[in-house]
Amino acid sequence: MALLAVKDLTIAFSNGQSRVDAVKGISFEIEKGETVALVGESGSGKSVTALSILQLLPYPMASHGKGSSIQFDGTELIGARDSVLRDIRGNRIAMVFQEPMTSLNPLHTIEKQITETLNLHKGLRGAAARARTIELLHLVGLSEAESRLGAYPHQLSGGQRQRVMIAMALANEPDILVADEPTTALDVTIQAQILKLLKDLQARFGMALLLITHDLTIVRKMADRVLVMTDGHIVERGTTATIFGAPQHPYTKKLLAAEPKGEPQQKKEQADVLIAAKDMRVWFPIKSGLLGRTTGYVKAVDGIDLSLRAGETLGIVGESGSGKTTLGLALLRLIDSKGEITFDGRRLDTMQGKAMRPLRREMQVVFQDPFSSLSPRLSIAQIVEEGLKVHHLGGNAIERRREIERVLTEVGLDPTSADRYPHEFSGGQRQRVALARALVLKPRFLLLDEPTSALDMSVQAQMVELLRDLQRRYGLAYLFISHDLRVVKALAHDVMVMKNGKVVEHGPSAAIFAAPQTDYAKALMAAAFNIETVAS
Amino acid sequence: MTPLTQRRLANFRANRRGYYSLWMFLVLFGISLCAELLANDKPLLVRYDGHFYFPVVTEYEESDFGGDLPIPADYRDPEMKKKIEGQGFILWPPIPFADQTINYNIPSPAPSPPDSTDWLGTDDQGRDVLARLIYGFRISVLFGLTLTIVSSIIGVAAGAIQGYYGGIIDISFQRFMEIWSGLPVLYLLIILSSIIEPNFWWLLVIMLLFSWMSLVDLVRAEFLRARNFDYVRAARALGVGNPTIIWRHVLPNAMVATLTFLPFILNGSITTLTSLDFLGFGLPPGSPSLGELLAQGKANLQAPWLGLTAFFVLAVMLSLLIFIGEAVRDAFDPRKVN
Repeated sequence: MALLAVKDLTIAFSNGQSRVDAVKGISFEIEKGETVALVGESGSGKSVTALSILQLLPYPMASHGKGSSIQFDGTELIGARDSVLRDIRGNRIAMVFQEPMTSLNPLHTIEKQITETLNLHKGLRGAAARARTIELLHLVGLSEAESRLGAYPHQLSGGQRQRVMIAMALANEPDILVADEPTTALDVTIQAQILKLLKDLQARFGMALLLITHDLTIVRKMADRVLVMTDGHIVERGTTATIFGAPQHPYTKKLLAAEPKGEPQQKKEQADVLIAAKDMRVWFPIKSGLLGRTTGYVKAVDGIDLSLRAGETLGIVGESGSGKTTLGLALLRLIDSKGEITFDGRRLDTMQGKAMRPLRREMQVVFQDPFSSLSPRLSIAQIVEEGLKVHHLGGNAIERRREIERVLTEVGLDPTSADRYPHEFSGGQRQRVALARALVLKPRFLLLDEPTSALDMSVQAQMVELLRDLQRRYGLAYLFISHDLRVVKALAHDVMVMKNGKVVEHGPSAAIFAAPQTDYAKALMAAAFNIETVAS
Repeated sequence: MTPLTQRRLANFRANRRGYYSLWMFLVLFGISLCAELLANDKPLLVRYDGHFYFPVVTEYEESDFGGDLPIPADYRDPEMKKKIEGQGFILWPPIPFADQTINYNIPSPAPSPPDSTDWLGTDDQGRDVLARLIYGFRISVLFGLTLTIVSSIIGVAAGAIQGYYGGIIDISFQRFMEIWSGLPVLYLLIILSSIIEPNFWWLLVIMLLFSWMSLVDLVRAEFLRARNFDYVRAARALGVGNPTIIWRHVLPNAMVATLTFLPFILNGSITTLTSLDFLGFGLPPGSPSLGELLAQGKANLQAPWLGLTAFFVLAVMLSLLIFIGEAVRDAFDPRKVN
């Protein structure tokens, strides 16, 4: 008999009048010690399924249909009494959440948070609990575990927090560990470390692992069996080898085909340098003491040279905190910087506010988060129109409207939706709106700050396709900032690897991806493409 | 009308309580704006000697109606009435009293209880309560609206500038406000009312000096949050100037918080005027006001129609305004899907 048997599970959410069916009758089983991956894009119902196993959904807003059954080790969990559930939660089935920033309580030390579960389920207290906590922290590879006991979550990095979360989940040696996108919020090198850790721990404790993810690279690396989920249904299931080798269902095929592929198109001839920077520096002062004297600097960008020709893409890769975004914003003069910046032969760094304005037309930006980059109170048409108005382009209102509809069509949106608000669009559509806002001005240089990171895999591929197409048509120069090396590989002609505000490696994309020279670049590539850690 | 405005109107209407409250309030306010036609001690129309006269609009003298003296005509004088009705007729407003008119024909000593002449009774000086109520309601609402609008404009502007620019502007402005808000408003009013005789405009200016601060912190916080949003950055990258960014991008998002607050400020303004009148530091003595009526109710507990009238009118008016405010907030909420 299976350790966990989910049968005909349906989940519906209702608020008064409207009712949303999130999961529409799925069945699967998990055996002891195996890794099952639940794969799907956002909105497919995979996270809700995970939460329903521990009955953590907001009941009674959420409800299960008749015949739904979740049996754990012979115990029915749906409708079980609270005392039964409490005994299972965190003890026999544990969970690791996606967001390490919010899943730890910021007001408690990590010792307190880990000992709480030990206390509840094992009755361990005092010195015994402390010893066990240190043991667990060693187990998840947190360095200097003893001295970190009194640390608060904000004193730890994202990867360290996720390790603490895993330590909490492992505290009672559960039979099943449910990991809901455990590495999505982390850098690739950290992601590789965390996944390796999970695999090691699983082998050691003989746990079953239910891994929920949208990242197929992770699935291929980690899972024994795969369940492909879309729109509340499991459309395909099988061993990892068969799913990846011979997918049957069209959705699975689409998902597998969706990985960003292809090469940046070949440049015809050497165009002129459009934007160049020499010895760029952005230092944020650290102030301390009563008088706020500057005692040091955070060197976000520390002496970077770059140049970019029309029609080319420069990819900037690096982990979070490496200064990629700061560099991009400084190039556009959205934050102050030192060092020479030239755009089309003109010096930007010495220009004052008003003089910059005509040039703004030619250099545009698309940000990472499609939810925060569009003003929620303006309609799509108003958002796109703004740049035209500022630069007095596009003639009268009717001509402007025609131009807006043209550019919306160009980025693949329905022009009849121009009067709708951003919240009515999906993440991918919003990112297209942000792109339309930039393109309507017919810029020559586009700063793309992680434009695909918040999007689903298949949408990412479409976005990459669109960007490549636009570059071919208009000879745009892209500065493409990303931590996702696969997307960079598909788009960039040149690549610059950044670490702590400095350039580690810089060269043609093909050369860097084929044979990285520095250890840091090697580690980054291994983590991104093979999810492997490289001992440094 | 743009589709956006249409949707906002639809959202406003969808909140039925607020929608009907708005109509009720508009009707009440509209009626009170025509107070002179509704409650007046001058007739609407006089037919005398084959001519029409409009005493509400024009002032006539007694001599015009066959009297002896060139003094303003007193139409309530029984002699006068008899004279006019002998050669024509008088068309009175529904309530034949103005706010200051004293009814000398009350059946019992003032304050007299409600009867067929004085529908809500009279106050302690024999003036008709209903007439005073209509005039008092008008003053209260006009005062509240003016104070709210002006102090909101000042408050939002101050908050926007502090929040958007931050730094030294923000800090110095905040310190100034801390000191300013520490000044005792009530004492200031008491001292002032011993120097000058406070009227509508004096009270408005003095209240304004302090009431603009209620919105500043709210708007400032919204601006501090919003100025680092990506869409503000994107607007700067488009080359949009600071005033436009404030106006188009940040302010609309700060407006929901402001609009939600607005009915409370309006209510607060009306209540403030009422309480000043109640204490006797408000409008000049004799002015019709809800606060003065409340004070009379307190002084004449044997005449419950005074206190009850003032209480019910205040309660209904303040509730209506809150309901309207809720509907306005719904109207501006883009996430509201109906």
